[in-house]
Amino acid sequence: MSEFARNFFNVEIMARSWTIIRVGLSNTVQLAIVALICAALFGLLLAVIRALRNKVLNTLIIIYVDLFRALPTIVLFMIVYYMLPFFGLSFPLFWGAVVALTINGAAYFEEIFRAGIEAIDAGQWEAARSLGLDFRQTMTKVILPQAIRIVIPPATSNSLELVKTTVLASVISMPDLLYKAQQAAGLWYNPTPLVLAALIFLVLLWPFVRLTGYLERRMK
Amino acid sequence: MNMRGLVDSFFNVRIMAQYLPALARGLLVTVEIASLSLALGLTLGMILAVVRVAIKRRGTPRLVRLLNLPLALYVDSMRALPPLVTLVVVYFALPYLGIYISRFWSAVSVFVLVLAAFASEIFRAGIESVDSGQMEAARSQGVSYLQTMRYVIVPQAFRVALPPLTSRMVSITKDVSLASVIGVADLLKEAKLGIANTYNTSPLIAAAILFTLLFLPLVRLSMLVERRMKR
Repeated sequence: MSEFARNFFNVEIMARSWTIIRVGLSNTVQLAIVALICAALFGLLLAVIRALRNKVLNTLIIIYVDLFRALPTIVLFMIVYYMLPFFGLSFPLFWGAVVALTINGAAYFEEIFRAGIEAIDAGQWEAARSLGLDFRQTMTKVILPQAIRIVIPPATSNSLELVKTTVLASVISMPDLLYKAQQAAGLWYNPTPLVLAALIFLVLLWPFVRLTGYLERRMK
Repeated sequence: MNMRGLVDSFFNVRIMAQYLPALARGLLVTVEIASLSLALGLTLGMILAVVRVAIKRRGTPRLVRLLNLPLALYVDSMRALPPLVTLVVVYFALPYLGIYISRFWSAVSVFVLVLAAFASEIFRAGIESVDSGQMEAARSQGVSYLQTMRYVIVPQAFRVALPPLTSRMVSITKDVSLASVIGVADLLKEAKLGIANTYNTSPLIAAAILFTLLFLPLVRLSMLVERRMKR
């Protein structure tokens, strides 16, 4: 048992690796926030474009959504990683990870926002348009305020998934929480930092797990 | 941007063809891990759901009820933790615990644990959505608790659970490629070996095409199920 504690809950190593882990944690939080905003906005944009009912644009968006819902995110991360040099050698890994998370996350957000927009009764469109509001006004003043309320539960659960996906940045050697924890585990030849990273994820994300469960139950 | 360089290092057909046999081998491993994880994960999830519903009902001894705590802790942890973190921790931790299983089975056990946690929540919500009158009616007819579950409640719960379940199944199958991180020779790992051998990214693109061909029907199917059930 003490052997187990020495390897997994070694307080001394936890304390010593904290300076390394802290850097990773800060990078993970920044990545999560930036990627979440970019993915949600891009997904919303695609959903709004889809409401224009342009055949060509809709087909393109459907292909995009299907493609990136089918492609494993880790593969997307690696493709982006290998493509970075073609955009100039100084392209930072952080933004590479943001690009991959945005491309992937927007595909899911588009579906969620589209479902929300489509759930609004067609009469609302007709009423707004007959009062002389144009597409943009109808969308921003009538449809979206109502759609947002419907999409909150699935959007929250999707945001949680996106934040969990940020750890894939470690695969392309962006120094996120998991990457730094692995580095520390290698440095002290002890898996305690990995356990610490897992605990940090648990503490940060557990409230959101509960929140998504609560929101989904309330919607029913 | 160097267009010809980009095409040559991402869409080199000769290299893609050269690595196709290796990629096919990897694809087979991916399918193996996915099928095992789905079969075992769904079974375990179903059992967990029934156990959690059963210990919550009236008349359960308090000591048995305490079992709900570790189960809830396990389910919530799996839902909060990124699967890659669980995979890395389990892979590094097992040898320290004196458990020596292959990378393949380490990966399968993690995916089973993750899927079972999500599936149990989905099944449980399904079971709880069935009106309690059904249970009472069946029990009053002398049908046992387990039989009522098996023949009355679960078949109805399954219909409610199907849409979220299929989308979760698709997402766990896509996560199978994470196994390459701990060195399982799946499709992605074979592609990485190809990149290392040729200094060319085409094997990765070939793998991405194979992944898409494999998962696109599943994604479409899960969207279809979702739409069907809404009506």
